[in-house]
Amino acid sequence: MSGDAVETPLLEVRGLAMHFPVSEGIVLSRKVGDVKAVDGVDFAIKRGETLGLVGESGCGKTTTGRCILRLERPSAGQILFDGQDISGLGRKDLVALRRRMQVIFQDPYSSLNPRMKVGDIIAEPIKVHGVEPDANRRRARVRELLSICGLDPKFADRYPHEMSGGQRQRVGIARALALDPEFIVCDEAVSALDVSIQAQVVNLLEDLRERFRLTYLFIAHDLSVVRHLCQRVVVMYLGRIVEMADCDELFDNPLHPYTQALLSAVPIPDPRVEATRDFRPAPGEVPSPINPPSGCVFHPRCPMAVEGCKRARPVLRELRPGHWVACSEVQ
Amino acid sequence: MSALLDVRNLHTEFRTGAGLVRAVDGVSYTVDPGETVAIVGESGSGKSVGAMSILRLIPDPPGRITQGQILFDGRDLLRLSQVEMREIRGRDIGMVFQEPMTSLNPVLTIGRQITEVLEQHQGADRLAAERRALELMEMVGIADTGRRLKQYPHQLSGGMRQRVMIAVALACNPKLIIADEPTTALDVTIQAQILELMKQLTLRLNVALIVITHNLGVVARYASRVNVMYAGRIVEAGSADAIYHDPRHPYTIALLRSVPRLDQPRRARLDPVDGQPPDLTRLDGGCAFRPRCRFAVEQCGEARPALAPTGEAGHFAACFRSDELVAARDVAAREVAA
Repeated sequence: MSGDAVETPLLEVRGLAMHFPVSEGIVLSRKVGDVKAVDGVDFAIKRGETLGLVGESGCGKTTTGRCILRLERPSAGQILFDGQDISGLGRKDLVALRRRMQVIFQDPYSSLNPRMKVGDIIAEPIKVHGVEPDANRRRARVRELLSICGLDPKFADRYPHEMSGGQRQRVGIARALALDPEFIVCDEAVSALDVSIQAQVVNLLEDLRERFRLTYLFIAHDLSVVRHLCQRVVVMYLGRIVEMADCDELFDNPLHPYTQALLSAVPIPDPRVEATRDFRPAPGEVPSPINPPSGCVFHPRCPMAVEGCKRARPVLRELRPGHWVACSEVQ
Repeated sequence: MSALLDVRNLHTEFRTGAGLVRAVDGVSYTVDPGETVAIVGESGSGKSVGAMSILRLIPDPPGRITQGQILFDGRDLLRLSQVEMREIRGRDIGMVFQEPMTSLNPVLTIGRQITEVLEQHQGADRLAAERRALELMEMVGIADTGRRLKQYPHQLSGGMRQRVMIAVALACNPKLIIADEPTTALDVTIQAQILELMKQLTLRLNVALIVITHNLGVVARYASRVNVMYAGRIVEAGSADAIYHDPRHPYTIALLRSVPRLDQPRRARLDPVDGQPPDLTRLDGGCAFRPRCRFAVEQCGEARPALAPTGEAGHFAACFRSDELVAARDVAAREVAA
């Protein structure tokens, strides 16, 4: 590794925005506004890194992931994957791209076709992309993928409903690995799993990252899992980045009032710790992205807000090396 | 002081295509007046079915309560008629469910959902009921109550709807509230608000609360006593402090160790519970956790261990080896810390 700043990131997002039109009326439908799901987001992911993308419902983390995967065409901005801007690519070019980037979804129940055998589910991307035309070798590859993901190769002949949630999620992971991708978006990949199974899948994701030198965008709302798995973390609120830092720095020294509120809201599984914690939940709720507050979008809930926060939208500033905060009050 | 709720040897079964499922398989516990008790477990552990059994809301068929007693305020709920049971639900026992969108009636206004309970159970007239509804909404922290009263559930956010559910549950001054994953569908900051609200209100109004959850953090913050369920049985019961700091069942120990904690240094690797959750149609006569247990011995395959006293008074574990487990547990904890 060159180990200096010259190394280009595997993925870079610049000024990414995704606006969905809001229409009114059934017969004469007219556009009355935009939902600014993602509203100007910049970040980069280095090769081999896991970037955590956290925030509550409606903050735009999933839409950001979908834009990067080009399941959506972004309204504005650039998405540089390995140096190439993929934000405007057409169908044909996207096919080649999709071999290199894959996704693991949240719900292992709805993301696997119930009428397909597990082996066929995993073999499908290999078939679609014409990677391995020979059926026997394809079957061998499926068996290999199953065992990589900690499943008995015999599971290839089973249907998803015959498996537990954790096993199904392993199938989803095997499918994502089938094309040897470089980059995987994990969209709430462990959120639907039971506590006792979650840790198994987290460990598997870590093993795979090392073994295949994968790069992850790990989208999640569970902060303790993000802290465990990620090297860097981006916190989003209402379509914008409010804070971005190395993982340890973000969790040890959160600077944005929203990040602080988010962290203090997570209950710690220890009654003695909980008894001593100062606990003040952030007031109010996330406002509508159709008509977001002026200036800093967090100001109506912010304990530090001053008059100026209602007017100017704060820019992301680097307050410490590698630690970016979008708040005009934090120094 | 006698217990407000005394569940004795409760059995609830479901006949499914795959076979008989003993979703609740001999569960006993008590809840004192004003106390918060948590029931913790993963999917299929029987925690929700157990709570629904208290309210006799088990769909029959396929489900059936086959055995046991549920003594509430000295009366066995399983012996009451349907009419008597309807009197209890919503009046003496309030309910808060996980999904506030599906548990509120989408075609009734918020106000109507609250006044309906009051008219039904307390014979209140429209006006008095509406006055009380406004009062209740204020109590659960809903601003602009006059306008909200006339709105429908879809016009409210998830957190607001859950506040409405709490208002409905509290409307008739119940003695007990059963909350089934009350905050699982909510965002972290909203979850914190709702939990804090429930804690304050149950304290102020001296209402007992059963919180059913899979979230170990929520339990730690709110419950005084904890029942841990696995495969239809309580495997460990005790004070929150005993469960978290002196766990005596291998499942509880493994569960606590498997979650990453924000207040502790990052670990190189998580220590998961091995294996898969149990298939309830295929349980044998042995301990249901045995296939995943690091401490299992031959004896564990021969009989299902009963809940027996261990550690401090009021602490119980269903494990043959719970006393010898302590040494092994502490050694493992030191290894993790090192």
